[in-house]
Amino acid sequence: MKSRRLFKDNLARSIMWFSAIFCILLVILIGFALFQRSRYILAMKSLADLFFLDSWHPLKGEFGFFPFIMGTLWVTCTAVIISVPLSFLTAIYLSEYAPRMIREWAKPAIDLLAGIPSVIYGVWGILVIVPLTKNYIAPFFGRHSSGYTVFAAGVVLAVMIFPVIIHVSIEVFRSVSFELREASWALGATKWQTIKHVVVRKALPGIIAANVLGFSRAFGETMAVLMVAGNVPKAPSSILDPAYPLPALIANNYGEMLSIPLYDSALLMAALVLFIVVLFFSILSRFALVRVERSSE
Amino acid sequence: MESTSHITVQNLNVYYGDNHALKDITINIPDKQITAIIGPSGCGKTTLLRAFNRLIDTVDGVRITGKVLVDGEDIFDPRADVTMVRKKMGLLSQRPYPLPMSIFDNVAYGPKIHGIRKKKVLEEIVEHHLKMASLWEEVRDRLHEPASRLSIGQQQRLCLARGLAVEPEFILADEPTSALDPKSSLYIENRFRELRSQFSIILVTHILRQARRLADYIVFLYLGELIEHGPVNEIFENPREERTREYIRGVIS
Ligand SMILES: Nc1ncnc2c1ncn2[C@@H]1O[C@H](COP(=O)(O)OP(=O)(O)OP(=O)(O)O)[C@@H](O)[C@H]1O
Ligand SMILES: [Mg+2]
Repeated sequence: MKSRRLFKDNLARSIMWFSAIFCILLVILIGFALFQRSRYILAMKSLADLFFLDSWHPLKGEFGFFPFIMGTLWVTCTAVIISVPLSFLTAIYLSEYAPRMIREWAKPAIDLLAGIPSVIYGVWGILVIVPLTKNYIAPFFGRHSSGYTVFAAGVVLAVMIFPVIIHVSIEVFRSVSFELREASWALGATKWQTIKHVVVRKALPGIIAANVLGFSRAFGETMAVLMVAGNVPKAPSSILDPAYPLPALIANNYGEMLSIPLYDSALLMAALVLFIVVLFFSILSRFALVRVERSSE
Repeated sequence: MESTSHITVQNLNVYYGDNHALKDITINIPDKQITAIIGPSGCGKTTLLRAFNRLIDTVDGVRITGKVLVDGEDIFDPRADVTMVRKKMGLLSQRPYPLPMSIFDNVAYGPKIHGIRKKKVLEEIVEHHLKMASLWEEVRDRLHEPASRLSIGQQQRLCLARGLAVEPEFILADEPTSALDPKSSLYIENRFRELRSQFSIILVTHILRQARRLADYIVFLYLGELIEHGPVNEIFENPREERTREYIRGVIS
């Protein structure tokens, strides 16, 4: 009896060990493959040229990623600026104020939103946000625009990462113990004072992690952005300019025109950059989450 | 502090959904004394205590009828300001829940939310109340460390200081020593003895000996009903009710 239990214990442990190793190996393999293929261009061009040259002319052999990196940053930052405060307030409302009924309906609805394929968000962007930008927002600022802009992409992305951030944020707020809230109420604190000084404070590392998670998703998101960003390879200088983010560059061009020298290697280099950034953000958010778990003991 | 402050409970009923947890409780809680609420597990001690500072409001599906008069005003009156009711009641719970901030800020939290801003004043308040909770000597050099680094016993005294810092009239304590070692428990008990002259203390306890050595007045609840209440000697030496006698002898628990 005892040995069977031990056997099962060991078996479970080894299966989990292999699965974990397999996942880690997969990540390393992808990174390695991308690196292998980008080596050609890394050997030909300096990193400074690749990252800071504002010119993308594959036919002339000019491969500056600057416009795409800036495009990605502009779109992602716009999305984050829109989504961070909104999702924060929504999560607080749902976790602290909403009656039980609303909370129980809202949570599955939000999770449903998270499952909608990004191409649908893209279509929604084209049908709603792009015309809105073209006909109302750009003219309001005295600008002429096709509507396919950093702004449109930012809005679509923000709406896309909303559900993930809200979902995780609600979990984090709920993990703050009820007794802690009571301790604050018992001193005569109002609900809002308690939220501001105790709940948010306790939950902060977790909320940051939730946002980083959303941020890294926004960074790598391809389909929806590609559909509304405009895809002009020039660094944007305002949110009403078009942008060409890295993922869109790869998706639009990979597999075509591969006869151009170094083109293929340049695209894979772009993929490598994206890969590293997303990986970096994921790991960062893991660390933040571990910290909040430890501090909420 | 005036001696008019007191708690009067009139026909208080509390229902959790269908569960009738407190049945028609009517009682006067004496001033400037230690009142111990005793009774078997699940009899409604915590419920009664939490009715006094309206923390019971926060439970989903709770229903309350009857009155609790504090200083002559019904705290369940819809016009009553619940934060002011709670400010009058310092709460010490079963386990300490330090707020996620420094030792100093834990004690300063109450005064701050009630509008005290001056740093000098806050420093005085913190020192005074940490001394009252006899924690000052142990933490005076580490006031700005997170409160969670204190031992459980120290944390409980910190929570006492935090509750005292809003200058309540009452102290509500729900089995405040049950998570503590004997030495820390003794600390808390001794604090209570000293605070008795300034506050009305209401103590829920499972430990009959603690009730006997600490309390002046005993309230015995059984299955949500108030069975008997009276001065400590009367209850322990000469209880009128059979169930009180049995509980005190340890027949029912
Ligand atoms: N939040 C709640 N929701 C529903 N029922 C509750 C809740 N809190 C307490 N009760 C019920 O009310 C009754 C009284 O509970 P209460 O916590 O007041 O007992 P107690 O005397 O403090 O017990 P103990 O000595 O075990 O702490 C019990 O039947 C309990 O199940
Ligand atoms: Mg209890």
